[in-house]
Parts: sequence; C-alpha cells; structure tokens
Amino acid sequence: MKLIKTIIRPNKVDDVKDALAALNISGMTATEVRGHGKQKGHTAIYRGKEYNVSLLPKMEIDVVVSDSIADEAIQAIIKAARTGEIGDGRVFVLPVLESHRIRTGEKES
Amino acid sequence: MNGADTAWILMSTALVLLMTPGLAFFYGGLVRSKNVLNTLMMSFISLGFVGVLWAVLGYSLAFSDGSSFVGGFSNALLAGVGLEASLGSIPDLLFMAFQGTFCIITAALISGAIVERMRFSAYLTFICLWAIVVYAPVTHWVWGGGWLSELGALDFAGGTVVHVNAGVAALVAAFVVGKRQGYPSSSLLPHNVPFVMLGAALLWFGWFGFNAGSALAADEIASLAFVTTMLAPGATLIVWCFLDMIRSGRPTAVGSATAIVVGLVAVTPAAGFISPMSAVLLGGIAALPCYFALVLRARSSLDDSLDVVAAHGVGGATGAVLTGVFADMAINGGSGSGLLFGNPGQVVTQVIAVAAVIAYSGGMTFILLKLIGVVIPLRVSEEEEATGLDITQHGEEAYLHVGGTLTSNNG
Repeated sequence: MKLIKTIIRPNKVDDVKDALAALNISGMTATEVRGHGKQKGHTAIYRGKEYNVSLLPKMEIDVVVSDSIADEAIQAIIKAARTGEIGDGRVFVLPVLESHRIRTGEKES
Repeated sequence: MNGADTAWILMSTALVLLMTPGLAFFYGGLVRSKNVLNTLMMSFISLGFVGVLWAVLGYSLAFSDGSSFVGGFSNALLAGVGLEASLGSIPDLLFMAFQGTFCIITAALISGAIVERMRFSAYLTFICLWAIVVYAPVTHWVWGGGWLSELGALDFAGGTVVHVNAGVAALVAAFVVGKRQGYPSSSLLPHNVPFVMLGAALLWFGWFGFNAGSALAADEIASLAFVTTMLAPGATLIVWCFLDMIRSGRPTAVGSATAIVVGLVAVTPAAGFISPMSAVLLGGIAALPCYFALVLRARSSLDDSLDVVAAHGVGGATGAVLTGVFADMAINGGSGSGLLFGNPGQVVTQVIAVAAVIAYSGGMTFILLKLIGVVIPLRVSEEEEATGLDITQHGEEAYLHVGGTLTSNNG
C-alpha cells in the first residue's frame, strides 16, 4: 500500500478527483494548505503598507492505494493537475505499513 | 416644506443607501472565498462613483425638464437644486439624494451576473456609463415626466426602473462577458451562507425606505407601502419553502434568502398601489416564475452567476404586470386601478413599460459592453481567474489564516 500525498492548485481539485474516480479510487482526504516551492508569492497592500504573501493557498489531496495501481494513479494525478507553469505542485509517495477500517476493525496490510 | 415628510425621507435615504452594502454581503456570501472582496467591492464602489456621478449629471438627465425621452442639463452639478421644496413637500436636495441611492443600487445589482471573472476596471467603467446612458433616461421615462408616465404606467418604487432594468442588463452582461471557468461542470458553491442571510436581512430592512419612502411623504400611502413590503416577501418565502420541499424535501437557507429578495422585488412596483391582501397574493404568485427561472438557469449554459435575471428581471416584470392586475384606486388615493378593479387596460400599459425597458436596457447594455471591450478587456486573464480576483484585482485576501504569519513585511 502507498500513500500518495499531492499538493496541487486549488482549482485543479475537481480534475484530480475525476481522474482518480476514473481509476475507481473512491476514497480521498482533501485539506486546504498554504505553502510555496519555487513559486514566488504576491504582494498585498493593507492600509497602505506592502506585504509579500509568500505562502500561497494550495490543496493537499491524500489517497491510499494498493501498490499495483500506484503508478497509474500518480500519472493520472500529474496529468490532471498540470498547467505547465511554476506552482503546479508536487506528488509525494510514502509506504503505508497498515490500514485499519474503524467501522469493522478489519486490518489491511 | 413639511417637517414630518422631510424627516421620513431623510431616514428613508439612509435606509436605501444601506441596501447597497447589504447587497454586497448577499452577493459576497454566494461566491467562492477567493473572490469575496472583489464581489463586495463591486457593490461598494458604486457608492462612490455612481453616487457622485448622480449629483454631477445623472439627476439632471433623469428629473430636469427635457424631452419625453430624457431630461436636460439644467440641474447638472446640482444647479438649481436647493433647499426649497419646489417639487413636493421635501427639499429638492433631499429628493435628489433619495433618488441617488436608487441609482447606486441599480448599477450594483448588475454585478451579480458577472462576478468571479470580470475585470474590475472594465466593470467600473461599465456601471458609470450605464448609470448615465441607461438608468437616467429610463428613470425620466417613468418618474421624470417622460413618455411612460404620460402613458399611465404604474411603477411605485422601481419595478421597471430598477429591477427589470438591472435584470435585463445582467442577462446581456452575462452573455457578453461569458461564463466562468469550470461553469457548469464544476461546483462553484457559496462560501459563506450566513453572509447571504445577513445581506437579505439588510436588504429587507433597507427596502422599507425604498418602498415606503417612495410615497415621498409620511402619510397613509407610505404606511400602505410599508405593510405590503412586510407581507409580500413573507408570502414569497412560504411558497418558496413549499417549492423547495417538493423539489428536494428540505427548505434551503440560500433559497429563503433568495425568496425574500424576490418578494421584495415583486412588490416594489405595486407597494403603494395595492391592498395588503393583494400583496400576499402577489408575493406568493411571484415565487413561481422566479423559482422556475432559477432552476432553468442553473441547467442552462448562461452563467448569470448569482441569478440577477431570475430574481430581479423575472421578479420585477412579474411584479410590474401584477401591479396592473391588483392596483386599486379605492385604497391608493386615486393613483389608478388594475384589471381586478375595472381597468383591464392597465395590464397592457404595464406590459408596454416592461417591454420598452427590456428593449432599451438590453440594447444599450450590449452596445456599452462591446465599446468598453474595445478599450479594456472585459475579463481577467485565465490565470488571474484561477488565482482569484481578490489577489489579482485588489492585492488583498479576505481570509488570511495562521494569524498573519504568512507574510513578510516589505514596507
């Protein structure tokens, strides 16, 4: 099992969700996050004073998938979230040791 | 000059002015959080630009002597608009200010059709020109002694002047500016429904000034307009909740806020002309076409984002026509009767007034937007739209979380 931790542009959430649904990956967790990589922030002005907002709004989408479909899922996410501009985000892949379904207590590993 | 009348219109002017910030919150709650400041600003900016423009030129074109199509320039820059009560029982200057608050909100109403993608500078240019080229002449037709008032069209507080006018302009603007990215495939949902409810509350409160103030006196007709303004939206709310229940099994909050606005819009042309029980009927009937217009719009490719057409266009037209049905001379002090009270011809007059405003406002809005589009792109870039209009148009964000630690100070 693998955890695919994806940081994407907020307006790409629907596209990524649809791409994963097309692979029959139904579960996901989405979180509003802020951060930056190479992308520079933007300048904000409040009461006449300039500020550099360096941490930009992003969405994090976490999905846990079996090893056999992980690569396919990663490629689907990249394809769905890409605009080609700086700030498209990252995909991190982590190993998952165990997973327990709370309702039934059933364990997968 | 009458002291009581003046006191009430002073109060009413402040009430109607409050409606524009109320509208800002109504609209602001309905958009996504990355566009809320831009949406609020689209209403707020009208208080400045359109308000001052009204005093400079708009008032004169609407209310000074001219042709039956448009007023003249004799009151431009408020020349001859003084503290004496030459037009009625309140100072002319107060009448100018009261009417100015109507112009401000009518221009701001249009923004609901083009939020989340229109360039702010293009929008601002548009509402300034629209206030002069469309609002002022139409006001002159109906209230300034123009051809529709000579024809006998009844519009107590602005069903045609304000709501049909803004609704049609919104329809054309949504069409010319085009739909948002992701419409209708993605869910572009309201980010703050409590704002919507707050906005509806402020609108209803302010609308007592709008309708009861339009009596231009602290008298019986003002009291009648006040009561109809209380009852009609109540009836719309009841019918709307039943329609919601039939359709989805649950009465919705956004639906209730919308219903209140629809009822207020519909009773606006009729407020001082119809009996309180007629207002209940009118408010209830108006819910039907507006509800279905709204459902239909959501299934269409027309991105009138906040349903200005369904609420103000359809609601205003329904109210204007029903004014020609329910108006009763026995209660409105001789202003005129409608179909149910022996004057079926009034319905025809009302339809002519609505059709004339649709044709003129629709045509001129189209021309104005096309002309502005030659000079300023009407839309923001695709990238700016994706980022959000708060950051790209105003350099601000509405909701900066994590206690402001996201920024480094440059100043």
